[in-house]
Amino acid sequence: MADHKPKGISRWLFTTNHKDIGTMYLVFSFIMFLIGGAMAMVIRAELFQPGLQFVDPNFFNQMTTLHGLIMVFGAVMPATVGLANWLIPMMIGAPDMALPRMNNWSFWILPAAFGLLLSSLFMEGGAPNFGWTFYAPLSTTYGPPSTDFFIFGVHLMGISSIMGAINVIVTVFNMRAPGMTLMKMPLFVWTWLITAFLLVMVMPVLAGAVTMMLTDRHFGTSFFDAAGGGDPVLFQHVFWFFGHPEVYIMILPAFGIASAIIPTFARKKLFGYSSMVYATASIAFLSFIVWAHHMFTVGMPVKGELFFMIATMLIAVPTGVKVFNWIATMWQGSITYETPMLYALAFVILFTIGGFSGVMLAMTPVDWQYHDTYFVVAHFHYVLFPGAIFGTMAAVYYWLPKWTGRMYDEKLAKWHFWLSIVFVNLTFFPMHFSGLAGMQRRVPDYAIMFSDFNMMSSIGAFGLGLMQLLFAWILIKVCILEKGEKATDQVWEGAEGLEFTHMPSPAPYHTFDTPPKID
Amino acid sequence: MSLFRKMALIIAAISVAVLSGCSGQEYNMREGVTEISREVYDLHMIVIWVCVVIGVITFGAMFYSMFAHRKSKNPNPAKFSHSTTVEIIWTVIPFIILIALSIPAVSLLIKMEDASNSELSVMVKGYQWKWEYKYIDGDDNLGNDVSFFSNLDQASRDLSNNAGSGFSGVEITDENYLLEVDNPLVIPVDTKVRFLVTADDVIHSFWVPDFSVKKDAIPGFINEVWTKVDEPGIYRGVCAELCGKDHGFMPIVVKVLPKEEYEAWYAEKVAEAEAGPDLNERTMSQLMAEGEVAYNKYCSSCHMPNGEGNGPFPSLVGTEMVTGEGTIEQHIDVVLNGVSGTAMQAFGNQLTEAEIAAIITYERNAWGNDTGDKAQPQEIHDIQNGGGE
Repeated sequence: MADHKPKGISRWLFTTNHKDIGTMYLVFSFIMFLIGGAMAMVIRAELFQPGLQFVDPNFFNQMTTLHGLIMVFGAVMPATVGLANWLIPMMIGAPDMALPRMNNWSFWILPAAFGLLLSSLFMEGGAPNFGWTFYAPLSTTYGPPSTDFFIFGVHLMGISSIMGAINVIVTVFNMRAPGMTLMKMPLFVWTWLITAFLLVMVMPVLAGAVTMMLTDRHFGTSFFDAAGGGDPVLFQHVFWFFGHPEVYIMILPAFGIASAIIPTFARKKLFGYSSMVYATASIAFLSFIVWAHHMFTVGMPVKGELFFMIATMLIAVPTGVKVFNWIATMWQGSITYETPMLYALAFVILFTIGGFSGVMLAMTPVDWQYHDTYFVVAHFHYVLFPGAIFGTMAAVYYWLPKWTGRMYDEKLAKWHFWLSIVFVNLTFFPMHFSGLAGMQRRVPDYAIMFSDFNMMSSIGAFGLGLMQLLFAWILIKVCILEKGEKATDQVWEGAEGLEFTHMPSPAPYHTFDTPPKID
Repeated sequence: MSLFRKMALIIAAISVAVLSGCSGQEYNMREGVTEISREVYDLHMIVIWVCVVIGVITFGAMFYSMFAHRKSKNPNPAKFSHSTTVEIIWTVIPFIILIALSIPAVSLLIKMEDASNSELSVMVKGYQWKWEYKYIDGDDNLGNDVSFFSNLDQASRDLSNNAGSGFSGVEITDENYLLEVDNPLVIPVDTKVRFLVTADDVIHSFWVPDFSVKKDAIPGFINEVWTKVDEPGIYRGVCAELCGKDHGFMPIVVKVLPKEEYEAWYAEKVAEAEAGPDLNERTMSQLMAEGEVAYNKYCSSCHMPNGEGNGPFPSLVGTEMVTGEGTIEQHIDVVLNGVSGTAMQAFGNQLTEAEIAAIITYERNAWGNDTGDKAQPQEIHDIQNGGGE
């Protein structure tokens, strides 16, 4: 069947094709990743040594704020939505996403949302400077005028995410090929389905939080102002009720990716498929009842602290099950180490390190010493960079040959991997030490006892920044210069799944016009 | 394989560099100087070792498999894909470990949260970007005598601003850089001290690592936290919650004195408070000299040392309110009462009459403003006490 699509820019503006939209999401997230990364470079340059050398503290705060917001909402989340768009229809034998026009809309809202957010950098009073967690009253009474652009931007991002999530849910429940029962779905589809439920449940909560901010700022309400009978801590409860499930929104798709890649390169079936599904669902459930572990120092009643401590520690159980299952999948397999596998293994190891520091942070009495220090910064960067982002990179290397029909440059990719491993650890591991020694978060300057570890982190960060340019070059070579040997239809020797067994490489513009037979 | 070998070399070289760089640096939590802080440290070390052991077992199995089950060694993969027994075992064991860890955590937390029977209460109030300490007497009467503000010391501020630019900055060697204040909090040793923590503007967080004390200071609410320090000494902490521009520049210094010395210090402070403010009239040059010092201490971090402001903080050079004829009342009003909804605080209750008069005079005559206006401590005192015209 011939492909009908407009030429030039209108192909992208008006497309309802899940593959085109997936590509746009991925390109957009990579651009945001580079912008957010550039901000991280500013932060690390300022922290290279004690004293104020490059930027003033107010601009530094704008950088930390925008770096966080852009990486969370602009880089990690759209990247996983892009993967979902590309892969879910192909994995379940569907011709496209269930709601293709909404799919187009949910993408095109994003450039507008981030245009609003980034334009605040050029406004009088500067960009938002209250941290990505935007605690009231720093973000309400004391926020710069551009805060309203930030609020509107967050609303738009929320609308986009909710629509994307609804699309995934509807697609998975209605568009599976005959015979593709729920318990036959690839784990990536499962983790994304659960992620989508998290999204539709918590993004409205975030919208509520920013709306309350807006009315506090302009319409005389006092949700977060004690002088009018409100409570600044209410903001934190609402924010983290969104914020904790949000961290699983970012990591669950990466769990699915690892569960696809490790069996392929171990040439062995995924160990404990159903326990993987149940573990993911339990993590998602627990993520709703642990939010206040971000707030152990706000002065909660001791019984509340005990509840949130125990519930948080419980998350280690299903997470442990997943890690053990991945190792059991490798056990007595026949393993080869192509780049996607290297990234997936690094993901398992480094994410687990982030999990260990997570258990430490869960324990309230010791959290009093860790809270709001670089130890926390180390923890969440371990689960996000070598966690969510390495997971996404593994996915890109793994499925790129299927998308483009060409193999990437394996030698360059190995360089990219090994140097990234060195730099990611050099950047983030010393942060554990500076945090334990007493360095607080979100400061542009610090006491000299932290200077060595900060210099290491900065050197690592500059290297890590350069690595992303190498990554861009590897992708440009395959996607734009069209270099690289042709990929086979199965791409990888051990690959299973409809996208590898039921279609050629590259995947045609339209796949599964007639549903495949699943046995 | 040669690529892998090269990588291994690079990793080894960097690890050596990292380890040699660590000498003389702090890299672990402090044991601190209270019973609680030592218990916190012990629990921290227990959890770390539990994590290390689990990590060695888990990663050990993983690395073994990565090595022993690679394709060149094991060309025919096994076929198993689940085992209920094994899955139950590795669900139950972590569960038991977590329960075991939570037992000491629960009892320690309950102890930490028990601020009852304290012998002294100090109100700790966070401001953008300083702390106020108020000693509450035995009757818990808030109309007490001793209270003062604690600001970052001028030496740190100057060093921070004059650290040069780019990567070739001035090397800072003062080990108390950013950890020194003008007026430290003073408490007695071996005494259960309760801190009542609150804030004036945004959320701050009162953190002294050596006491294992960290509590958010929330405007409109009062949190309590306590400590009982074993050894006299000087202990340093910081504000831990992002509170705006100078979040990194509001350290906490606690001076713990033997009981008799504390009593003497407290008596001296009471006497100082009872003597009342210094309202002597000053000459223009005295006002300008005192004004420059006070301006640089309290005002220059926002309005900048040259008065030209920065971003959201307005310039004072040639501005109508600072140089206009007859605007001095308005100018004094802003400094005393602040501008609500902005970072401009009410300095009326933070500074002395003499300091405010000197700052007003300095701002109206420095940087070419040259209005010739001056304010005297007595005028400020009258305005503050409703006695103004």
